[in-house]
Amino acid sequence: MVAAGAVVVTVVAYLVFRTEGAADSSDAAAFRFFDRVRDWVDANRDSSPFFLYGFNYVRLGVRLLVDGVYGALTGLGFAGLVAAVAAIGAVLAGWRTGLLALGGFLAFGVLGLWEQSVDTLVLTVSAVLLSVLIGVPLGILAARVRWVGATLRPVLDVMQIMPTFAYLAPMTLLFLIGEPAAVIATMIYAVPATIRITALGISEVSPTAVEAATALGSTRWQLLGKVRLPMARTTIALAVNQTIMLALSMVVITALIDAPGLGQNIVSALQRVNVGAAFDAGLAIVILAVVLDRITTNAARRTRVHRTARQRRLRWVGAGVALAVVVVAAVVRIDPDDLPGYSFAGPVNDLVGWIELHWFDVTEGLKNGISAGVLDPLETVLVTTPWWLFVAAVAAFGTLISGWRAALIAALASAGIAGLGLWQHSMQTLATVLVAIVLTMTIGVAVGVFCARHDRLATGIRPLLDAAQTMPSFVYLLPAVALFGASRFTAIVAAVIFAVPPVVRLVERGLRDVPPTVVEAALSAGSTPRQLLWKVQLPMARGGLLLAANQGIVMVLAMVVVGGLVGAGALGYDVVAGFSQRELFGRGLAAGLAIVLLGIVLDRLTQGFHHTKGPRR
Amino acid sequence: MRTLRTAAAAALIVTLTACGGATSGAGEDEPSAGAKGTVNLAINPWVGYEANAAVIAHLLEKKMGYTVEKKDLKEEIAWQGFETGEVDAIVENWGHPDLKKTYIEDKKVAVEVGPTGNQGTIGWYVPQWMADKYPDITDWKNLNKYADLFKTSESKGKGQFLAGDPSFVTNDEALVSNLKLNYTVVYSGSEAAIIKAAQQASAQTKPLLFYFYEPQWLFAQEKYVRVKLPEYKEGCDADTKKVACDYPDYVLDKIASKKFADANSTAYQFIKNFTWSNDDQNLVSDYITNQGMSAEKAAEKWVTEHEATWKPWIPAGS
Repeated sequence: MVAAGAVVVTVVAYLVFRTEGAADSSDAAAFRFFDRVRDWVDANRDSSPFFLYGFNYVRLGVRLLVDGVYGALTGLGFAGLVAAVAAIGAVLAGWRTGLLALGGFLAFGVLGLWEQSVDTLVLTVSAVLLSVLIGVPLGILAARVRWVGATLRPVLDVMQIMPTFAYLAPMTLLFLIGEPAAVIATMIYAVPATIRITALGISEVSPTAVEAATALGSTRWQLLGKVRLPMARTTIALAVNQTIMLALSMVVITALIDAPGLGQNIVSALQRVNVGAAFDAGLAIVILAVVLDRITTNAARRTRVHRTARQRRLRWVGAGVALAVVVVAAVVRIDPDDLPGYSFAGPVNDLVGWIELHWFDVTEGLKNGISAGVLDPLETVLVTTPWWLFVAAVAAFGTLISGWRAALIAALASAGIAGLGLWQHSMQTLATVLVAIVLTMTIGVAVGVFCARHDRLATGIRPLLDAAQTMPSFVYLLPAVALFGASRFTAIVAAVIFAVPPVVRLVERGLRDVPPTVVEAALSAGSTPRQLLWKVQLPMARGGLLLAANQGIVMVLAMVVVGGLVGAGALGYDVVAGFSQRELFGRGLAAGLAIVLLGIVLDRLTQGFHHTKGPRR
Repeated sequence: MRTLRTAAAAALIVTLTACGGATSGAGEDEPSAGAKGTVNLAINPWVGYEANAAVIAHLLEKKMGYTVEKKDLKEEIAWQGFETGEVDAIVENWGHPDLKKTYIEDKKVAVEVGPTGNQGTIGWYVPQWMADKYPDITDWKNLNKYADLFKTSESKGKGQFLAGDPSFVTNDEALVSNLKLNYTVVYSGSEAAIIKAAQQASAQTKPLLFYFYEPQWLFAQEKYVRVKLPEYKEGCDADTKKVACDYPDYVLDKIASKKFADANSTAYQFIKNFTWSNDDQNLVSDYITNQGMSAEKAAEKWVTEHEATWKPWIPAGS
């Protein structure tokens, strides 16, 4: 009743107060402020103590770390590094994973991308080392000290939603061009996952175990070192795994500030409009991601298994043999150029060329239909809504859905967007983002449900999901532009490809976690498969579905800026332009913040569904 | 190289702690002050630039014995590199009076090193088939007549004008409003996106009006025709909001860091001497993009075939 009233009031208010939707000013106070900060840093880099004793040392330290990791990895030589990775995989995660690692790393040589792959690995490993060094202690603190956790949460939110492009330019301002800035930018993107998952692991340690240890007279440090950390070991391994995946998706973008590696190949292939060449490099990244993912997940899984003394001894023998193999391989120098080479560039270019030529009419019709039918009307409504009405609506509906606390934050965030002076662009971006989220959820839930019901399909589709998630979006942007033109819809397509995989995974896991006894009970009570899905499985998997929606929102927002590169305009373009042009620096940074604020609004408005039990009437 | 640098960085940290702070140059490669050192070339993200840089790097390395470090950077960030000593030279600069003012006049960390010999043209283009089918479309006065052809899902009921990479100099929005054209400027957001759109406009014979420039390798594949805007006159683009004239022709030039120029090495003199024609650059760009050569291979091929062109660039006594 209240909800219906709120809807009616909002609609009437919109019809009365709707505006023309004037363009954003090119010179807002927020832009000027960021420009002034930039000028100050430029002028004081070699004189201010902040730099002389702070940032410049951070840069030097990270430089040392990168050079150290580089020395360690390249010192082994081609054969040595391949053998070492395979050995680590075999010892920690089983011989199957070892074989996978062996094949994967050899593939870098076959693709002719060995050096670039190693450079990418060096940056990833450096960023992950830093993330773990900083993230794990912070995660423990966040779990154990209430106020630390509470303070960190919003900071981590900002770090995760803030588009990478928006902080690349400030990174070069503080840490100059090159590897240190790249590693730090990557770390900023990846460390929230380390902190969050570690905190989760520590806080989930069973209180009975802690009580028992306390009763036996453990000190606080003993509790941490002997009880909490060992019991949270698998979760911390998951944290490392997620950190690696996030870092890998970021190091590609840092090619734009002269970080070496596969990203450089992708960026230069993009300039030459050579999708095939970008595909080779993209494939190398997917392989690297899969190898690192399998090693860390399988290693984490194996730590749970308890071994007999004999098995343990066998393991030591295995490790010894592996070490010997690595040493031999490191001594035998093999040049990766000696491997037979293969490139997918030719076939991929032919295929993409054919698709671009023949599918165009269909894809253009699809784009025009969705743009005119859904996107334009939604955008018109959002853009012509006066900002105060939008804030009021967010507050009202937020209170109904998520309670007054979340509503207050959401309303403040939307007022903040207005304050940044980018209202029109934010509303245009919001329209695109909403359509992308709806499409992502529709596709993701449908595929997730299918996967949960058909085991074979799920196994078949998993590598595809892995690839879609780790393949850098730059690779498939150009075919998308060819098919859909430089448009908002192209941005939506890119966002959907990127965001669907995690949604599918979370939905599938949610459905599979429904206790089998419940399913059996429903079946024996005579439920049809359809009833089982709608009345039992989906409602019971509510938690998983909501987490999926939340992740979908975050991932779609992360692609807003990439959308700016392919004609979506609005905030994404502002960020890209701010990165490219000196006069637009402040505006770009403001646009990055506006994206964060949009993320906070969406997150707070949806989080209410987590807490309310059952649908409201 | 790397291990040396690590040791140097470590030593720097130690010594600098003793004597008060690290400056922005600390721990980075020193620019080549003396002869036969390393030259740090910025590589801006377009193929024509890469052609210049590839030939310069090839000659510096193979004929003059220097080491060349190529750094892939966007223009803005490359200029920042002059200040920190990470970049010695930019070898194809399109105008950028604002950057020149900041880094050459105010900060005095960079200097102009003369033209590259390439003439840059920026303008509005349509695919060749449109110029054939609608001969009068190449005059801006007729653009409104054809606005309906250019409608897309993004253009809000008007004709679409597709603008380019945000780092390029553009006056398109001002032009559309000051010339009272019934068009909306849509930002493609990247050079790659605009090239792809242009290729599709030719392949699918779809209408497209877009921002483009020469020298550009795409012209070796497809023909595009420039739309005449009101003629450029000195100063007609002074107020960016009131521009109602075409883009000027750009004399593309080279910029070097002050330190690199002051050292006056043979590498600097060589870069100063470097000039070539649009045809030369298009040829090397064509090798790189349409014939699938690496930049290094393309430069090598051009150098073996054009000795008479590059011989005079090499300073005496090197």
